[in-house]
Amino acid sequence: MANTPTAETRAGWSLVSVPAVYVLLMLAAPLLLVFGLSFVGLQGGAKVALPLQEGQDLQFTLSNYAKLFCLSASESCSSTDVRMAQATTTAMLRSLFVAALVTLTTVVLAYPVAYYVSFHVAPSKKALWLFLITIPFWTSYVIRVALWRTILGYDGAVDATLGAVGIIDQPLNLLQYGTASIIITLSHAYAPFAVLPIFVSLEKVDHSLLEAGQDLGESRWTTFLRVTLPLSMAGVVAAVLIVFIPTVGDYVTPELIGGGKVPMIANFIETQMWKLRNQSMGAALAVSSMLIVGILALIFVLANRRFLGVRK
Amino acid sequence: MTTSDEKPVMIEFRDVHKYYGDYHALRGINGTIKAGEFFSLLGPSGCGKTTLLRTIAGFEDLSSGVVMIDGKSMQDVPANVRPTNMVFQSYAIFPHMSVAENVGFGLRRDPRSKAEKAAAVEEALEMVGLKGYGNRAAHALSGGQRQRVALARALILKPKVLLLDEPLSALDKKMREHMQVELIRLQRQVGITFVLVTHDQEEALVMSDRIAVMFEGEIAQLADPETLYRRPNSKKVADFIGTMNFVPAEILSDESGKIEVEAKGLGRVTLDASQAPPARGEAPVIGLRPETLTLLYPGQVPNDQVVDGVIDEVIYFGDMTYYDVYLGGTDVEVRLSMRNVPGRPIMDVGSKVQVAWSPEALVLFR
Repeated sequence: MANTPTAETRAGWSLVSVPAVYVLLMLAAPLLLVFGLSFVGLQGGAKVALPLQEGQDLQFTLSNYAKLFCLSASESCSSTDVRMAQATTTAMLRSLFVAALVTLTTVVLAYPVAYYVSFHVAPSKKALWLFLITIPFWTSYVIRVALWRTILGYDGAVDATLGAVGIIDQPLNLLQYGTASIIITLSHAYAPFAVLPIFVSLEKVDHSLLEAGQDLGESRWTTFLRVTLPLSMAGVVAAVLIVFIPTVGDYVTPELIGGGKVPMIANFIETQMWKLRNQSMGAALAVSSMLIVGILALIFVLANRRFLGVRK
Repeated sequence: MTTSDEKPVMIEFRDVHKYYGDYHALRGINGTIKAGEFFSLLGPSGCGKTTLLRTIAGFEDLSSGVVMIDGKSMQDVPANVRPTNMVFQSYAIFPHMSVAENVGFGLRRDPRSKAEKAAAVEEALEMVGLKGYGNRAAHALSGGQRQRVALARALILKPKVLLLDEPLSALDKKMREHMQVELIRLQRQVGITFVLVTHDQEEALVMSDRIAVMFEGEIAQLADPETLYRRPNSKKVADFIGTMNFVPAEILSDESGKIEVEAKGLGRVTLDASQAPPARGEAPVIGLRPETLTLLYPGQVPNDQVVDGVIDEVIYFGDMTYYDVYLGGTDVEVRLSMRNVPGRPIMDVGSKVQVAWSPEALVLFR
């Protein structure tokens, strides 16, 4: 008897060790590398580009981060640094704005879909519905984004349809509105990610609770607000995080849809890392944006924590 | 048990039908439930008793017919404005709310002040024996406590009718018996009409003023518990409520309120017409309850009729013993129950015994 827990513990460790090693190698190691890279520089302020040349010596420095705060010219900030810092700030704010709007659109549109599938689709057909919802995932993300170019672009599907019906006589070319097009494209791309967690949380709502709400004097709508919505908030919170976090760092859509004219933070990181070969600066940008997203996510989760502790 | 003839009608069913597709769940329900009555809908699962309860609450649309509550038709009246509240089988306690929030859920539109509402919640909790539990999380409660919260949550709204959907089925036996008594006490205290759905005939007999026994979407018999037990109107009801022995019989004559019958194993007996529910055109049988039959011990002098028998089976229950006995040298077997008291040894299988019975306890189904 006394031996059993240790045996179980040992079995548990041996089971978890393989995935743990995998996670360490594939996730933690690259993260640590980026983190470390963001705090190093070369003598004389030269760019750090891996692999290092003969004779180069890395040293600890905060200058990569300091440059991000060069919002006005001073002794330590050249005019290039200031332009760079201002553009970066703009891109970060744009990323957050786009991600917030995409998240809002996605979750608001996904909730009714999840609600319908959970409450109004026969149990035997639910799997089929979820399967259908995942169909957009059958093609590559890049291809889907590229397809939106054809839909939104000059004389694309939208223009052709509206023109044929006679609503417009000049092509709209929605693609020229970079940010709006990015939001439309990303909202489509992340919709299933939002539907699934909300669906799962709605599935757990006991239907007799809804009858109880009505029995106690609430209409269908007020029952939804007082019972269904709070009980499905765990799914909504999950959906918000699942959509918001990756969209902040999205790189493909601003490139393909925005044509690089409305860069987001990931495009800046890419530029620093590869085009400018300033990998410490790129790393500092990556760590900073990770930190900002992390803090925002934490605030959001804490603000909703009363919905998350509910156990049946 | 009070007779409720003089009480006003609270609920009336007028030819209520309910179809689910082709399935005919309620097949013409008629009947009334009186104000202040403890009324039970009793039947096996699938008999339509829960569906009927849900038509009162407003959770089922009728296919035809009308449900009246307190003289008003409930047609097109949604559940949230009906003067009824329900205790759900699963209790349906809101898991994201505290006990007090659950109990106060229906008070949102109540014009009273916050403090008055809080006092009402506390009072309701006290009534169900949960004083001081207001701040507990609902999901941390036991089954019995959840049920009390569900009761308080419904009763705080002072409904005209409280509907209870198998409220005790999820509790263990001890707790169930305790809650039965508690519910009766509570019903007397608040004086509200209670309508209980149950498949447990014992529970219905213990708690109800009147019971509607339902089979296959129809009310088979609507009566007070004693009538239901002593004078069931069909073999099916008799079989569902408690245990009843059936003995094949032959009707010899049926004149001026007296029916003469030859019952196999019991012999010739004359019954009053009140002992025979309306004829259904079935083969006549005599029904007798196990406790109306008595084994005679040596030295006992019977007041009633006596018939010889042979014990075929002995089933010991602690406080009771059941004997299966062949009557009068025939293949007719009846079950009888004897209370186990000192000086009354358990008899052996194969013993030749005398069984006393009384003609008044018989029911004739035909």
